Amino acid sequence: MADRFTKSMARNIYLGGSVFFILLFLALTFDTMQAMPQRDNRAQLTEAAARGKLVWEQNNCIGCHTLLGEGAYFAPELGNVFQRRGASDSETFKAFMHAWMNAQPTGVPGRRQMPQFNLTDQEIDDLAAFLEYSAGISTNDWPPNIEG
Amino acid sequence: MQYQSQAVAKPYFIFALMLFAGQVLFGLIMGLQYVIGDFLFPAIPFNVARMVHTNLLIVWLLFGFMGAAYYLIPEESQRELHSPKLAIALFWIFAVAGTLTILGYLLVPYAGLAKMTGNELLPTMGREFLEQPTITKIGIVIVALGFLYNLGMTVLKGRKTVINIVLMTGLVGLAVMFLFSFYNPENLALDKYFWWWVVHLWVEGVWELIMGSILAYVLIKTTGVDREVVEKWLYVIIAMALITGILGTGHHYYWIGPPEYWKILGSVFSALEPIPFFLMAVFAFNMANRRRREHPNRAALLWAMGCGVMAFLGAGVWGFLHTLAPVNYYTHGTQITASHGHMAFYGAYAMPALRGRPDGNSNKAQVVEMWGFWLMTIAMVFITLFLTGAGILQVWLQRVPESGVALGFMATQDQIGLFYWLREITGVVFLIGLVVYFVSFFVDKDTEIQSA
Repeated sequence: MADRFTKSMARNIYLGGSVFFILLFLALTFDTMQAMPQRDNRAQLTEAAARGKLVWEQNNCIGCHTLLGEGAYFAPELGNVFQRRGASDSETFKAFMHAWMNAQPTGVPGRRQMPQFNLTDQEIDDLAAFLEYSAGISTNDWPPNIEG
Repeated sequence: MQYQSQAVAKPYFIFALMLFAGQVLFGLIMGLQYVIGDFLFPAIPFNVARMVHTNLLIVWLLFGFMGAAYYLIPEESQRELHSPKLAIALFWIFAVAGTLTILGYLLVPYAGLAKMTGNELLPTMGREFLEQPTITKIGIVIVALGFLYNLGMTVLKGRKTVINIVLMTGLVGLAVMFLFSFYNPENLALDKYFWWWVVHLWVEGVWELIMGSILAYVLIKTTGVDREVVEKWLYVIIAMALITGILGTGHHYYWIGPPEYWKILGSVFSALEPIPFFLMAVFAFNMANRRRREHPNRAALLWAMGCGVMAFLGAGVWGFLHTLAPVNYYTHGTQITASHGHMAFYGAYAMPALRGRPDGNSNKAQVVEMWGFWLMTIAMVFITLFLTGAGILQVWLQRVPESGVALGFMATQDQIGLFYWLREITGVVFLIGLVVYFVSFFVDKDTEIQSA
């Protein structure tokens, strides 16, 4: 670096740049929060869905699956499982969820296994409500296709 | 060692390395589960292995950062640590709490662990990387406060340099951003938005301050280049890190709910994110070329330069590969993400911690250590390449075709098994490299040279 570029100039870029971008980030966050009610499907965030989120969390589902593309990459994406396995219909999806959760693990040799989580019927309904709510979040048309 | 209290760093490094070994072992278990799905099922289901793998990484990096800070701060401040006793006490608290948490993951079903620790009172568990029981999270905050108090008092009473001020800024930021892990709204989109404040702003924000200051310290020590020059570089690097990294958070906001403008913001700023890593690599090489003395610890210099290169490749190049919104639309949440994560973490954060070794090992030990370096580094390059291969195929089969034509997730996984096998084999090479690295600690102890 040329000698004209001094340490105090470098320091000022660091301090000024950081403060500027922190403030800008906070302003953008504020704007995002204003836009979220139209995007985050909070209308469908029922009590059942909220309970379902706790079921989702307390069984560490994110340890194998992705949800909106985030999580582990060992098992299928579940942000659109409501469309993929429930044909976008609440009752169909609930029926699928009960059948699926109670059939695990499959025990097929060499195949990836999903544990049996021993959820109650109520918990499975709640989990289904949570996944249905998640499926309604505006994701800028992600994923590209139904396979997630 | 100039100051006696620097010795408190030692248990931190030793424990960090033990946890690192654990992380690698669990990585190998997961790697095998990718191809032999029912391996160790139901004793260690994949989600448990992964939780152990990633949490060990986070905890051992924290131990490494803490050890590095305890080693570096007294020397930079030119005085003994405020309270070595507190540092040792916090070590034991953190080590015991961390071990109990990991054992909890392994021995109790996760739902049971949540019940035992009263997760329903303040639900924070079950989110990626933040799986720790709420009580462990509170413990982390307490340890961090004690740690910051101890170092803060040392710096306040001692000499203030750019390096220790930047390091302190980074460590305070680390603690502050972690507080967002306690915010877990029922609204999934908001939960995810602020979850990234911990994860992204750690990795691409405050950790870069910590890593930059450690790198600057090591380069001053090993090359003897003028402090003024090093500090100027440090300022430029961290300025670029924050200028690009803060809005770079936007690259996580494409598909999880926030408005569409994040696609542009995230793409632009994260395209610039390789710059600080590039500067870091140039910095390391530049300083090494201008070195004024031959430091007896050549291995440390090799780690410093290797870390610069790998951080640039992993975080910079591999990050850029999939960060632009139109590309990320197809790659988001595939093995491409996993490949980037592996090399970036190894280069940017694991390597600085691994080089944290007091100077003055014998030549023979250094040669063994350098073997360990090359084995691990080359293995990591290949792990990354194989996962990238897997990811490209996955995108091609599962993401690019239209609904109806696209292959399902599990069918795709079957197609890319070969890459997973190759990754697992290179994982074993990585483990061998790690063993060689450990062996270098025990080589030729009698002929240790004392460094100047």
